[in-house]
Amino acid sequence: MLMLGYLVRRLAMTIPTLLLVAIAVFALVRLIPGDPVQVMLGDSADPAQVDALRRQMGLDQSIPVQFGYWLAKVAVGDFGHSITNGLAVLPLILERFQVSAIIVLVAVTIAACVAVPAGLIAAWRQNKAADLAITAGATLLLSIPSFWLGLLLLLLFGLKLKWLPVIGYVPFSENFGQAITFIILPIATLAMIEIGALTRMSRASSIEVLRLEYVTHARAKGAPEWRVLARHVLPNAFAPTWTLIGLVLGHLLGGIAVIETVFTLPGLGRLLVDSIFARDYPVVQGCLLFTAVIYVVVNLVVDLCYPLFDPRVAAE
Amino acid sequence: MTTPLLTVENLRIEAARTGEAVVDDISFDIARGEFLAIVGESGSGKTVAARTVLGLLPPGLRQSGGRIALDGEDLAKLSPRRLRALRGPVVGMVFQEPMVSLNPAISVGAQMAEGLGLHTPLPKKEIKQRCLDMLERVQIRDPARTFDAYPHEFSGGMRQRIMLASVMLLRPKLLIADEPTTALDTLTQREVLDLMVGLATDHGTSVMLITHNLGLVARYTQRAVVMQKGKVVEAGTTEQILTAPREAYTRQLIDALPRRETNMARRPTGEPLMSVRGLKVEFAGRPQFFRQRSGIRAVDGIDLDIDAGETVAVVGGSGSGKTTLGRAMLRLIPSVAGQIRFRGREVPAAADRDFRLSSQLVFQDPYSSLDPRMRVGEIVAEPLRHVADLAPRERIQRVEKMLDEVGLANFAKRWPHELSGGQRQRIAIARAIVRGPLFVVADEPVSALDMTIQAQVLKLLERLQAQYGFACLFISHDLAAVEQVADRVVVMQAGRIVEQGSRDDIFDRPQHDYTKALLAATPLVDFANPRVTHVPA
Amino acid sequence: MKMRANTAIGGLLIGVLFATAATAAFWTPFDPLKVNLRARLQPPSALYWLGTDEFGRDMLSRIMAGAATSVLVSVLTVTFAVMIGAVIGVLTGYLRGWTDRVIMAANDALLAFPGILLALAVMIVTGANKFGIVLALGIAYIPSVVRVVRGTVLSIREKEYIEASRVIGNSELYSMARHVLPNSLAPVAVLATSMFGWVLLAESALSFLGLGVPPPAPTWGNLLAASRPYMESAAWLSIAPGLCIALTLLGINLLGDSLRDRLDPRMVQG
Repeated sequence: MLMLGYLVRRLAMTIPTLLLVAIAVFALVRLIPGDPVQVMLGDSADPAQVDALRRQMGLDQSIPVQFGYWLAKVAVGDFGHSITNGLAVLPLILERFQVSAIIVLVAVTIAACVAVPAGLIAAWRQNKAADLAITAGATLLLSIPSFWLGLLLLLLFGLKLKWLPVIGYVPFSENFGQAITFIILPIATLAMIEIGALTRMSRASSIEVLRLEYVTHARAKGAPEWRVLARHVLPNAFAPTWTLIGLVLGHLLGGIAVIETVFTLPGLGRLLVDSIFARDYPVVQGCLLFTAVIYVVVNLVVDLCYPLFDPRVAAE
Repeated sequence: MTTPLLTVENLRIEAARTGEAVVDDISFDIARGEFLAIVGESGSGKTVAARTVLGLLPPGLRQSGGRIALDGEDLAKLSPRRLRALRGPVVGMVFQEPMVSLNPAISVGAQMAEGLGLHTPLPKKEIKQRCLDMLERVQIRDPARTFDAYPHEFSGGMRQRIMLASVMLLRPKLLIADEPTTALDTLTQREVLDLMVGLATDHGTSVMLITHNLGLVARYTQRAVVMQKGKVVEAGTTEQILTAPREAYTRQLIDALPRRETNMARRPTGEPLMSVRGLKVEFAGRPQFFRQRSGIRAVDGIDLDIDAGETVAVVGGSGSGKTTLGRAMLRLIPSVAGQIRFRGREVPAAADRDFRLSSQLVFQDPYSSLDPRMRVGEIVAEPLRHVADLAPRERIQRVEKMLDEVGLANFAKRWPHELSGGQRQRIAIARAIVRGPLFVVADEPVSALDMTIQAQVLKLLERLQAQYGFACLFISHDLAAVEQVADRVVVMQAGRIVEQGSRDDIFDRPQHDYTKALLAATPLVDFANPRVTHVPA
Repeated sequence: MKMRANTAIGGLLIGVLFATAATAAFWTPFDPLKVNLRARLQPPSALYWLGTDEFGRDMLSRIMAGAATSVLVSVLTVTFAVMIGAVIGVLTGYLRGWTDRVIMAANDALLAFPGILLALAVMIVTGANKFGIVLALGIAYIPSVVRVVRGTVLSIREKEYIEASRVIGNSELYSMARHVLPNSLAPVAVLATSMFGWVLLAESALSFLGLGVPPPAPTWGNLLAASRPYMESAAWLSIAPGLCIALTLLGINLLGDSLRDRLDPRMVQG
């Protein structure tokens, strides 16, 4: 019952977000200085062509009407067609998204599996050598820009050692083994960067929890140290880290363009940046909207799982 | 005489970094089945000493000398594994803060079962049955439901019962109770302690009761150890400690106990200074996007008169509405009905200037009531900015005089964080009095302070009241303090006044059942007969 | 001890950064934009400390000029975001009620959107130039400032010394200015410090993508992007700018940590 209420409340919270994002993405094209159609087609465009595109984009209608039409189409997954190659936007996005999604998901999973225990151990040995080493390492990782780390890894493993290919991408469906060689470096880069942030978060929340009386209570019961950490500290300290994982997932999706640029991967981020350069606004709109929706959905799932770690949340 | 259950000899604990002693050469022992009190104020080292018995020193501290023998075994010689085997079945511990001593992510049942699972080979079914039986023993209404529930679903008193149940399941030989009821209100405190004593007596468990409250010492323990600044000041039977203390510090503690003083009988001077009629306060439910939850009535139709210069105490358990009443009478929170008259004139809902300038408030928590970014002098001077025609020189003089009167001359340039709790509360009082108010609400003004400091601050308040002649609404859950300072007492329950009368009437001839229960639950030291009562459950 | 080391190293790194940026405004060893085709892709030497790029431009000079651009953009962005965010945050925290609820719903909606995407979106409108970046990143980070400031104001409003101020007879406005504001500065300072790092990183990332300050004006991000084709033959071109970003972020993180520790003394005890 409590859970259901929480679910409904949390779902309702996504509506204003999605609506605002839709308005922003829609307004974007109207706010570009000059006539967007002219900008898209270039100065030498044939006036008839301009008119046709203007009608196709619905630009001859009043703004609220345009928004209504646009929203209705977007709601059923019709993001329009690319200006550059005429393809439908949504399938294009979905195809590119597969590449980005695999990299981000695997990287975050690896990062969480390393960072959460590392942070816990650092907190447990607070201010001792192990803690200082872990904290210093995490701060260092946090300070390295992902695109630079990617370049360095590429330099080392691709150019110097020649273990891995430097440029290109092969889908998993074509050649599984080869596909892995292309995505291993991007995954390693992202994982290392995020290990920094997650370790620090995990350490901070573990320190908070270790200070609480119920940890002493568990020890006073005679529970061995590993059990105190695994059963009493970890679940409570994991809750804030779990929220951060959701934010990190979204953050990576937004920022993946740089990694895809470094490793020349045909992902969603690259699609967005290329479309910006090409002034292919329907694709730009589609990418922005799609990423925002994914971000909202990811955080929704994260929040809905939250009561598993902290039963107090559902009751609030 | 058999060997004691616990022997502590010349124990010394110090801060690992500085080598400063936290516990300095203390020795005491506890016999089997004995109830021993460790008495002390904050900083006495009593909690640290108790935790050492479990081998659970807080980080940054280390034992640098002495010996602890438990049940004939020297703790220092035990392997970590053997030490863990003692925690739970031999020594159990009940903590002070029930809100943070149970793990919020684990169900009550799983937390209770953990100890039995670790220390006994019992099958799961048997463990669960024992947990249910124990929950019933500590008078939890629905044990089966409680077993599957999470700690956040329970009040502080209920959580402390669960805690007690979980510890007593293992039938420890020694129970360490560290201020187990300090966070609870008077009635709940009595219930939990009676349960604890009953269970300990049933199982022949010795109890080490760590407390600052001499009333509890008198009621529940046979022997007491008094500690101050890491050292044992005095040890002896409870009776001897309370009636014939040998050391100055012990005497100081006992003198700090509030006592009834003959108060000057104040004649009503015609019209009361302040008169409240039909006052009602509601708290809005949590606002939601589409609807407002129905309100909770915190103060429900209060009629109250206060004469100039008198002290009216408002007592009641937590949730009785006493704090809300104080705030509403100062027009700090809106009321939904009722009228307040002050010096014959009605005080509007948004307090007028005259009333604002003649009324003041002293807070419970001296740590959050002073702006951390203002110096003491500025804090005390702030109320004077509303006094017209006050030359800067005069203002400084008045601040200095006020600081002198609260015993903190030359403190004007200090920051609040440089002061102790008692000093901060003196500053808060100086700020309240400096403008010469006619009416002061004191909301639990001493309950966050140590015993000896409490006595000093109460004395200060009384002296200032005699000197400046303001009326005081003294809000407190501590009947002992009320008995000392009040002229009249108002007893509140669930937002209503259930009884009011002169101090002597309320304390000597209570009429209402709730008043009687509160009085019975208050651990007052009866100096004429300080025998251990050992109230059975 | 650990805290002091943090402060010292962080302070040193950021000090060097600001000093470099200030110097670059008046003097660099060579003209950072001057092409010298006879000195293309020279490795680091006594003359060119950090080597030269594919047009023979001195890397040290370009990195110094890049520092000036990055510092300017980051400082302007943080100032812009903190000022606007603080005003909105204080107002919503102060007004409460419906205004607060509507603004916070919008703010939460913006927060639930990756900052860099928001910046990208604004950049499409403003175009890629220094002030477009400031505006874009500023808008992207305003919601975080609003959230922190409002949270701080709300929590301070609940403190008893604010009630005490009300009992004294002080007006709400006076309480706000004399008690709430001074006490909410510290968390904002911590946020501004971390934000300087985020903005610098975001600016580099945008430049790296070619969506930031356009070449030939150097920034650390576009220097890195330009170095890609020569990674194998002229590794120094990719190492120096990246190292500069990393050291700056390290400095910010260390300074931020010691600031936070000072505000929360519990983190250092034990």
